[in-house]
Amino acid sequence: MTQLALVIDLNVCVGCHACVTSCKQWNTSGEAGPLFDDNPYGKDPTGTFFNRVQTYEVGEFPCTETLHFPKSCLHCEDAPCVPVCPTGASYKRAEDGIVLVNYDKCIGCKYCSWACPYGAREFDEKQKVMKKCTLCVDRIYDQSIPEDRRKPACVISCPTSARLFGDVHDPESEVSIAIREGGGYQLMPEWGTKPANHYLPRRKTKIRIHEDELVRADNPLRKEDIRKEKSTDITLDDWLM
Amino acid sequence: MNPAFSVIFLTTLIGVGQGLFLALFSSQTYSIVNVLPPQPGSYYALGGAIALTFLVGGLVASFFHLGHPERAWRAATQWRTSWLSREVIALPLVMGLVFVYAAVNWLGLDADLFGWGLHGQIPLIVGTLGAAATLGLFLCTSMIYGAIKFLQEWASPLTVVNFFLMGSASGFAFAAAYAAFMAPGVVEFYAGWAITLTVAAFASRAASLLRNARIKRIASIQTAIGVRHSKVQQRSMGFMGGSYNTRDYFHGKSLAFLKSVKWIFLVLVFPVPVLLLWLGLTLGNPVVYVVAFAVQYVGLLFERWFFFAQANHPQNLYYQVVG
Repeated sequence: MTQLALVIDLNVCVGCHACVTSCKQWNTSGEAGPLFDDNPYGKDPTGTFFNRVQTYEVGEFPCTETLHFPKSCLHCEDAPCVPVCPTGASYKRAEDGIVLVNYDKCIGCKYCSWACPYGAREFDEKQKVMKKCTLCVDRIYDQSIPEDRRKPACVISCPTSARLFGDVHDPESEVSIAIREGGGYQLMPEWGTKPANHYLPRRKTKIRIHEDELVRADNPLRKEDIRKEKSTDITLDDWLM
Repeated sequence: MNPAFSVIFLTTLIGVGQGLFLALFSSQTYSIVNVLPPQPGSYYALGGAIALTFLVGGLVASFFHLGHPERAWRAATQWRTSWLSREVIALPLVMGLVFVYAAVNWLGLDADLFGWGLHGQIPLIVGTLGAAATLGLFLCTSMIYGAIKFLQEWASPLTVVNFFLMGSASGFAFAAAYAAFMAPGVVEFYAGWAITLTVAAFASRAASLLRNARIKRIASIQTAIGVRHSKVQQRSMGFMGGSYNTRDYFHGKSLAFLKSVKWIFLVLVFPVPVLLLWLGLTLGNPVVYVVAFAVQYVGLLFERWFFFAQANHPQNLYYQVVG
């Protein structure tokens, strides 16, 4: 079984919003129709997005850290938004685990968004249907795109390569190794939704040195460091100098 | 949550319709065994038509909630998993059975089906099916809210009990007002039960308010972003102009406003109608019953608004600060 997902490295993300704009660009240009923008250049611009980058402050001044946090649909393995849909418009694909909305079946009752604890779904005020991240399903299988570019738009655009894409069910995939070896975690695991997307934590490279490693009791050099009086004999060094 | 008036009217109107039907059917059942004075078929038929009107009103209100009402028929397909889909099936079923109930009473269809030698066995059968469907509809409507574990204020059996008791109470109050003009012999029955149901509803709604005041949040900002630190604050939600997530999940009202709505509904839904119904029973003035129902219904609009506004969605953790 395949479960495609994103792994987002919070250690690398610089919060540039390139994934937000590239996501918007790709998904507003596709066959599913535009992602609605209301008043984009006016006073209160608003619109539908699949991806957002948020910023958090961890700690208290002066010991603070800024954390940029990209958030999109997590493509939960036990997606709570799917069974509540009254029309079957919201579904999880068996072949690759992507959670999608069939815009032709959606009645716009918004019930699925109530059942998503992550706020990953956004209602399109123009098309009057619920929308969400598709993992660029219209891109990753497109044979006309070069193979190495068949990835979600956000992954391609990330200038720091903070976003990885792959099958989290394949233990040897790049994403599985990143999760396993980089301490990847899920958001709000207490709800039991089993998000497929994972996040890699902030990491600092540290080395732990014990004091006895600096001043070693059994250091042979220390024992030899007994200064002898200078010999007055002519040595080989005298000849070489 | 930001309360949607379409859903407020849907749930309160069908509550009255369902309660009114239960009131009519129970009084007719009692009258078959001579506990209550029998009424003409036209009385139940007109009452059933009024109940149907409430149900249709609720259905019409619900369409204002949908982005694509023309596709609403699709909502009947996922009844295996979705309580909303089950409601979409149960509501027309109740409407159909209430219509048939009103029709058989209007036409005066009668047959001794069970050989009991009693009149009104056909309305009894249709009414029993209707009552079962009505209880099913109460369950479906309330479980739409009760089944979402993320909304902790709603995810409780009390939600189901509240919807049933408050809907039934308002229906019986309306039945008392209706009977005060049409069938004075059964007013006491309706008004008595309206008082009983209102008192019971007060007990269960108060229980849910107490429960919600002591709720322990399952999710936190720490689990939302996965950072283990006691001091985590959002600095930016990623946009400034608002989105669906900020519009539909925040009511934007002050805590004082919320509190005042709570006290308004606690007064209007429970003590005032009980006093008015009791006054009606002592004075025998039909207008008092009408006022009792009207006050309770307005109170229920406040109650439902508060029900939605009080629910705190975990997605709000991600939308704390504009910037």
